[in-house]
Amino acid sequence: MDRERRIQGLRDRLHYIQDIFANRDDESIRLLAAKFGELMERHETIPGGAKREELVRIEDLFDFSERKLDTTLTPMDRVRIVRHPQRICLKDILENVYDNYTEIGGRGEYNIDPSMLIARAVFSRRVGDKVINQMVMVIGQEKGHGEAFRNGGSVKPWGNAKALHYMKVAETENIPVHAFVFTPGAYPVEDWPGAAQQIARNLYELAGLRVPVISVFSEGGSGGAEAIGLADRRIMLSHGYYSVISPEGAAAIEAGLRSGDRTTPELIEKCARQLCITAEDNLRNGYVDRVLQEPPLGARPYHYDFFHELRRELIQTTNEVVSSVKSMKLYRAMAVRTSKTDDAESIYMRWTLSSSALDRLVDLRQRKFRAMSRHARLDGTGVVSRAVAATKGTVWAAHSFLRYDLLGRQKKRLNAMFEDLGAEAHLVRHKVFMPLKKTLDRVLPGNNGEQPKVGVAVVDRLTRLSCPEDGACLVGSEWAWTSPRSQEDRTISCPNVRTHHCPDLWVPDLFGDFAGVCPSCGHHFPMEYRWYLENVFGYSEAKEFNRQLESVNPLGYEKFDTKLDKAKERTGLKSACITFETSIEEVDTVVAVLCAPFRGGSVGAAEGEKFIRAAERATRKRQPFIAYVHGTAGIRIQEGVNGVIQMPRCTIAVRRYIDAGGLYLVLYDTNSYAGPVASFLGCSPYQFAVQSSNIGFAGPGVISETTGTAVPPNYHQAYHALSRGHIHGIWDRREVKKNLHQSLLTMGGRNLYYR
Amino acid sequence: MLNIKELLDKVKASPYREIVVRAPHTGVVSFASVKPGEKVHGPRGEFMEKPGTLLAQLTREKNEKPILAPEKGVIEAVHTRFEGQFVEAGEPLVTIKHYMTRKEVIELILQEALYLFRAPERAKYYFVPEVDQKLKVSGKRSVKVHDGMEFLIVSRMKRETPLAYSGPEGIIYSVYFGRGENVDEGEPLIGVCPEDQLSVIQDVVARIQSEWEEEV
Repeated sequence: MDRERRIQGLRDRLHYIQDIFANRDDESIRLLAAKFGELMERHETIPGGAKREELVRIEDLFDFSERKLDTTLTPMDRVRIVRHPQRICLKDILENVYDNYTEIGGRGEYNIDPSMLIARAVFSRRVGDKVINQMVMVIGQEKGHGEAFRNGGSVKPWGNAKALHYMKVAETENIPVHAFVFTPGAYPVEDWPGAAQQIARNLYELAGLRVPVISVFSEGGSGGAEAIGLADRRIMLSHGYYSVISPEGAAAIEAGLRSGDRTTPELIEKCARQLCITAEDNLRNGYVDRVLQEPPLGARPYHYDFFHELRRELIQTTNEVVSSVKSMKLYRAMAVRTSKTDDAESIYMRWTLSSSALDRLVDLRQRKFRAMSRHARLDGTGVVSRAVAATKGTVWAAHSFLRYDLLGRQKKRLNAMFEDLGAEAHLVRHKVFMPLKKTLDRVLPGNNGEQPKVGVAVVDRLTRLSCPEDGACLVGSEWAWTSPRSQEDRTISCPNVRTHHCPDLWVPDLFGDFAGVCPSCGHHFPMEYRWYLENVFGYSEAKEFNRQLESVNPLGYEKFDTKLDKAKERTGLKSACITFETSIEEVDTVVAVLCAPFRGGSVGAAEGEKFIRAAERATRKRQPFIAYVHGTAGIRIQEGVNGVIQMPRCTIAVRRYIDAGGLYLVLYDTNSYAGPVASFLGCSPYQFAVQSSNIGFAGPGVISETTGTAVPPNYHQAYHALSRGHIHGIWDRREVKKNLHQSLLTMGGRNLYYR
Repeated sequence: MLNIKELLDKVKASPYREIVVRAPHTGVVSFASVKPGEKVHGPRGEFMEKPGTLLAQLTREKNEKPILAPEKGVIEAVHTRFEGQFVEAGEPLVTIKHYMTRKEVIELILQEALYLFRAPERAKYYFVPEVDQKLKVSGKRSVKVHDGMEFLIVSRMKRETPLAYSGPEGIIYSVYFGRGENVDEGEPLIGVCPEDQLSVIQDVVARIQSEWEEEV
């Protein structure tokens, strides 16, 4: 029996090798196949079967060849390793790394989302002569090889919601979270709680989660990975990948394919190489903290040494995170840092942290992400300007502190007191003087006259809702900026003509006076971002900052330089993000605009950095922060992980800003998809959309390609997003300014200067 | 009483509908490259999101408007004399011969032959328990309705009122609403067939099912 098992093992290894090196013609693989074929032949013909020594010899040959082949792995081979059914999965890790575990929140098919696995796990070990048990919350995607219901580790929104729920449980119980990223990407369904919006919520909560979080990356596909991957320490398995998009997806975009067509394997291979997705690339760029070496050709469930190594690594990393913020660490901190061997197990450190230590932990995590991706953008600001900006920042912060915190708070308190006193006095006066007044009214002649009735028209005007159709709340036709399209002498048909019977519109009217809105049905034609800049945000009088931050090509992606240069030349911008300070009806605000004409409004390192700086500026100046999204296609894939890392980075910035008491408003226009919506935009408590905007996680093409089901043409329409609860209101374009002002006055946090 | 045979003969004599595509408004016409005898298709796709074949372009005030085939069929005539001309609204541009599908023919005959009882208001409709049971156990065509018979329940916003049938006596031949489905005002609820005509109608439907060639 043992012999049969060993032969089966060899067969699996051979198949594995052949699968990984898909169609590559390699001498070693041919040799292995031939040797194994010979062995099988002999095993079947000779009654005694293969001899023990022969088996040992051929196993050695397999070991040797695997080591040799391991050195020739290309990035795409690694992708195939990670996706292979023989690859270790989370269940294997739970079985082999932890000493005991209890799956919670569902098991197998009986689960909210079987692709997200949650377990309470325990490390039991002997330190000195004591046995200690340390609890952790394990959260991760389970690929469940061969289990179709696991959906290959593609988590649906409710799965991510489940993960968030148990992160909160871990926070309550003060135990560390170990997150295992085993996902090719999130499943793109928009049903409540919404793929994008739920990832955004997860990121937002993780940005301030008050427990140590360690994440292990095996297969990290974009948004799905980020939903649980924002961690204090990120360990990456040496044969894993972490990328903004799957190589196939990148190749499809590169080749400009329509859905249904297939790209060539060469192009996919090339994209995998260019995207810099391997563990070494990510370590070099600083997006993971450590790489854990796997056995040759990747870890499989029988590599028990690897599990042991992973266990040591997890314990040591958790110790490290804890010791970096613990007040009482003494000699142990040093021991933790230096331990490279098995003695990580012998160092005992309580993983429950005090409140002050948790504050330090969160702060450290936020700083860590703030410092990332510096190399992936160009800062053209001179040394002097930078120094001036830094000084200014300090002065603003000090000024805000003095004016709004030190003095402002006292003033607010006084005001509140006077208000209360005034209200009391009013009541007292009312009680005392009212009977007197009534008597006087009765006694004195000529004073019992009736009050003049308020006219019906006045009452009507005061109580009726605003209606843009009547022109009641419109500014009129005098827009500060009109689209150049309004110069054309022609008409255009409204797309709703079949249902609403709209008359054809004369273009100068439509884009001039009507601001691109059909006066008959309210359909919004797409409008240039300049229109909003001038008519809503008063850009000509605004103060732009960080103009010199420039998008570059950090990975040296082929032909991307020319594409970038073209975009820069055409739009006159250096990146897709414009940040400026302006005043909306005399309320000073900081605005960040993502404009679609620059590479689809995609977000890369420069855009992320600008966004973060804008949020920081708003914090320092105690001003509201508005993100106007003219359009965004998602994360810029040509920047690879440099782009994806902007999701946690910007979310952290937004979280810091909101925690500091600011008002963060998001306004969507035209098409907003993917990464940004699934992070720093989607986490805003106030998100509004201009009519006819489309909001979602993946576009219709990607959805039909990945899930195999077509979505209705208006699936992502703003009204549907509203009914699903993703956004909180829909605005008419002509009323954006009025509504923004209204929101600034009625919503938001405690630290705004004008409150 | 309706002569079903006559009706069927009429359909058979001309098994198609002629669709005349007219200019929706004034403008200059330029025809796409469609010729008589060519096949065209109507809107397709799961959500009818893919537009039909382009027949012509109508330009008014530099606004080009495509004119698309509304249904599947064969081009009968293209009024090419209007090519490059300014036409008035309603001018016929293309004629499409739409061969009726099996379903359409059955529907057509049923609509003519049956008495359609229509929904008096937008609401959900249910059969009263006795009728419902009978329908479930013995299938459609087992229930006979007569004038004044209370056989439906109108359910709207938790208000449930009985609804009496009014019309000629007969057998429920087809039911046009589903359980828990909102039916708009004026939409047919059931089709009623006089008892003596039942076998004739069933015959006709069976014949169309087997003989009619044109499918969806």
